[in-house]
Amino acid sequence: MIIRALIVVIIFACFFGSTAAVASSTTEAALAADPVAEKRLQVLSEELRCLVCQNQTIADSNAELAQDLRREIRTMIRDGKSDKEIVDFMVVRYGDFVLYRPPVKGITLLLWGGPLALLLLGLLILVRYLRRRVSRMAEDKPLSADEAGRADALLKEFDTR
Amino acid sequence: MNRYYWILGGFAALVALLAVGLNLNPRDVPSPLVGKPAPAFNLTVLATPDKTLGPKDLQGKVWLLNVWASWCVSCRAEHPILVEFSKKVDVPLVGLNYKEVRGDGGFDMSKMSADDERKLAFQRANKWLADHGDPYKLTVMDLDGRVGIDYGVYGVPETYVIDKAGVIRMKHTGPITPDVLARKIMPLLADLNK
Repeated sequence: MIIRALIVVIIFACFFGSTAAVASSTTEAALAADPVAEKRLQVLSEELRCLVCQNQTIADSNAELAQDLRREIRTMIRDGKSDKEIVDFMVVRYGDFVLYRPPVKGITLLLWGGPLALLLLGLLILVRYLRRRVSRMAEDKPLSADEAGRADALLKEFDTR
Repeated sequence: MNRYYWILGGFAALVALLAVGLNLNPRDVPSPLVGKPAPAFNLTVLATPDKTLGPKDLQGKVWLLNVWASWCVSCRAEHPILVEFSKKVDVPLVGLNYKEVRGDGGFDMSKMSADDERKLAFQRANKWLADHGDPYKLTVMDLDGRVGIDYGVYGVPETYVIDKAGVIRMKHTGPITPDVLARKIMPLLADLNK
């Protein structure tokens, strides 16, 4: 029982210790007073790609640049900029690549249409295969009397062995 | 037999797709700034801290903007090429020192005053140029990286070619290699200076 309590205490200590370290390592905590602005920051930065660690969002990434961009977004929110203005700010500087949901246009057509095209191709192949199978099954006729006789003879021969 | 050709063809197409796709450099993100006017800035000059410089001051000239920092390892690799370039070519090369102190990662910025950061940044940048040679016509100091954001900087070193009208004509992310210089930058400079 004592050991169990001790483990709980240690886990809690680790948890709070580490979060405290994270908070003090950045000055972001000081700016994070307004929960509404924070919520918007969270939503916005989850839509934006961090260019340093390219498979993380600006919300997830702890890279220097992501921190700077979060600070930039915070400032823009405080200045009363709309979500669209903030996203445009990023796109002007880093291109469509920062968007996790890039707009549909010529260059992104394959990206957006590709999965659908593959699905249609798969369906086409499936339909063709099924049709061919049906026609093949239709061709299967029952054995003629002659064939049935030969088959019986072979089976009998096998049984008597 | 026919069906095997199909499978073989599909496989070959997949191999071709992967061969091209996996050889692309994911860091080489096309910059939307190419073809757009170079974003304005007004930053302190390293050698003369009482003066500032902006793209406007270079209007009418073809020039290069090279983003660097003393903590940036790849900058060290490209630096000799820049030094060589500055000796041979008469095109102004402007350095943009990017987050000299806070980009280093070795300092606790919450415990450093803005003044201390400034002093340390100038000292470190000057020392680095003294140690490795100074190819820059001049260097401006972007202490907090705000100008870097306007230029879409995400991996130092980066280099921009800016034409006489102040429009960005090329961006290169990562260290300049002799190959990039000879094949991309030099022909572009010659073309722009015609």
